[in-house]
Amino acid sequence: MAKRFSAALAAGLLVTALAACGSTEETPAASGSAPAPDTGTTVTMWTRAATQAQSQRLVDAYNASHKNQVKLTVIPIDNYQPRIAAAAGAGQLPDIFAADVIFVPNYTSQGLYLDITDRIAQLPFKDSLAASHMKLGTYEGKMYTLPHTLDLSVWFWNKDLYEKAGLDPEKGPTTLKEFAEQATTVQEKLGKDGKVHGTFFGGNCGGCYVFTFWPSVWAAGGQVMDELGTKSLVNQSPMTDVFAIYKDMYDRGLSGPTTKEEQGATWTGFFPKGEIGVMPMPSTTLGGMPADMNIGVAPIAGPDGGESTFVGGDSVGISATTKNADAAWDFLTWTVSDEAQVEVMAKNKDVLARTDLSNNKYSAADPRVVLINSLVAKGQTPYAPRFGQTFNDPQGPWLRFAREAVFGDPAKLAELNVAVEKSLVQ
Amino acid sequence: MTNLAPPRAGRDPVKVAARSAHARGRFRSRDYVGLLYAAPTAVIVGVLFIAPLALIGWMSLNKWPLLGPAHLNAPDNYVKIADDPLFVDSVLFTLKYTVIITVLLSAVALGLALLVQNRRPGIAFFRTAFFLPGAVGFAAAALLFYGMLNPEFGPLGFMDVKWIGTPNMALFSTIALVLWRFAGFNMLILLTGLQAIPVEVYEAARSDGANRWQIFTRITLPLLRPTIALMLILSVTGSLLAFDQFFIFTNGGPDNSTVSMVMVIYRNAFFRFDLGGAAALSVVLLVALVALNALQLRVLRGGNK
Repeated sequence: MAKRFSAALAAGLLVTALAACGSTEETPAASGSAPAPDTGTTVTMWTRAATQAQSQRLVDAYNASHKNQVKLTVIPIDNYQPRIAAAAGAGQLPDIFAADVIFVPNYTSQGLYLDITDRIAQLPFKDSLAASHMKLGTYEGKMYTLPHTLDLSVWFWNKDLYEKAGLDPEKGPTTLKEFAEQATTVQEKLGKDGKVHGTFFGGNCGGCYVFTFWPSVWAAGGQVMDELGTKSLVNQSPMTDVFAIYKDMYDRGLSGPTTKEEQGATWTGFFPKGEIGVMPMPSTTLGGMPADMNIGVAPIAGPDGGESTFVGGDSVGISATTKNADAAWDFLTWTVSDEAQVEVMAKNKDVLARTDLSNNKYSAADPRVVLINSLVAKGQTPYAPRFGQTFNDPQGPWLRFAREAVFGDPAKLAELNVAVEKSLVQ
Repeated sequence: MTNLAPPRAGRDPVKVAARSAHARGRFRSRDYVGLLYAAPTAVIVGVLFIAPLALIGWMSLNKWPLLGPAHLNAPDNYVKIADDPLFVDSVLFTLKYTVIITVLLSAVALGLALLVQNRRPGIAFFRTAFFLPGAVGFAAAALLFYGMLNPEFGPLGFMDVKWIGTPNMALFSTIALVLWRFAGFNMLILLTGLQAIPVEVYEAARSDGANRWQIFTRITLPLLRPTIALMLILSVTGSLLAFDQFFIFTNGGPDNSTVSMVMVIYRNAFFRFDLGGAAALSVVLLVALVALNALQLRVLRGGNK
């Protein structure tokens, strides 16, 4: 009796164990030798919240016109890198995942993306794909990603506040010094009751500094790192000049009261409320600004002029562990097709992944969009294999450095720069 | 009192040994059934605890990439721990946080438990009210405080206080969050201990003329000792493993002033992709925790004998 019971139990356990093993192997429609692309396969895709709107629009349009379906999961920005790392470690990456373009070199060097060099070579428009994104998606001569969304940093100024403050509402800043002067005027004329502020920036957010301060350095003809992304130049002019101007603005109370504490989750939330005169903003937010607000867009300039931008945004690739590479590629190529680029991206004032389409029927209607599109060629995307842990991580060395430069004692920067360099070559 | 207890059968060690030897011969299959009954638990413990533990130990001896094969590099992952200033700082900070929170949490929880100890009209309302924050997920609670204390968007923003703007204020605000979230739960633990103290003991003390303070220090506290021990161990372990509150609420800031040990482990694993190094830190933390708990149990139990 007892023996029979134990045998039954053992068999039961064995079945459970086998079932558990089986489920990890199981994938929907495992592809053998090149199946037809549009056969009703479901592919999974992850993206980060920052570019959720664009990804969602692309996925919705694709799903509506194809049998294949893309299932999109959106992950909060702060958690994206750890989630990718955890999933990769567990062998559970989705079929497709987008990533902040600056993290891509790290992912490609870790082998998380599938090599798609041959597939990209067959695209007729391969030479018009956003160059900075393509460069960061290339590792040891092989290509792994396509541009997914482009998010450029630009200066927004609030024309309504400019008019009230007695500034010319049609004339935005053309140098960082002018930026500071105009912020001063707004603050002095309208900032008495504490509701309106001259400017704002994310003072406790490493990625915000990178995105909004670095273009001023590039515009002035300078650099923040060497070509290999292993030597830091942030303790030198023009980076130090840029910091000095922002420090002066903060010290004079031109920047909103929560500047120093802003961790990055809410830094773009103040401008649309009509509280800020002029500040750096992501271009992707232009489409979502209040309709009744008059906003000017200017390229980010250096202390004495020049124009540049941080060509940010997301790249997208197929995960190295996918079983649905063909279906995944079908979606990826569609996202950079004329149809998707013009009728989905351009229609919503987004920057296009292809330079050959930047003059289209939608962009012509808004000169600000034309301006933003034109900046893609002038801007830069910094390359460093250890970018995230150095510049974006809240515990990384860059945030300490930048906060000391803006709120603290610039004399300490030499020492903090050593920590930045150490992290870059780790 | 002891002579009232019935004499226990079979306590003679010789007899017990003889009986079990006898049983081993005759009821051998029963032993297997017993093992089978224990098997599901053993499997769960094995799969969810022993196996990951062994894996962590093995990872800590290797250079472990996200994808691809690992290779042995022992003891590099352990050696470099001392070189990580962030971790060394986080140890000091976590210890400081643990001391502060354990003292405050115990005091507040004991105060609350004493307040709602006796049955009187409306007491259920207060017990529920004090316990209710414990029903909020901790991550959600941290986010709640983040929103509430946000100077621009939060309802308490008008107070013009930098709630998480300076190292001391960030620690203070986090402590307020943890007290709010956990005081009720610890109160509940103490309350069960308080109510296990027989009323007769109090009555006897009162008839002997003891005042309130004497009753508290001579009766309540000593008899509450095992319960307090449980609460202290939970609080110390929980505080040393603190993560959610600092990760979500202060994000380790400002200027890395509120980085806990587990945050460093998390950072090494998921921002720096150094899984081996993170595993080594985890092993060190585990050993320290086990040692600390053993010590605590010994000290707290020692007085009972």
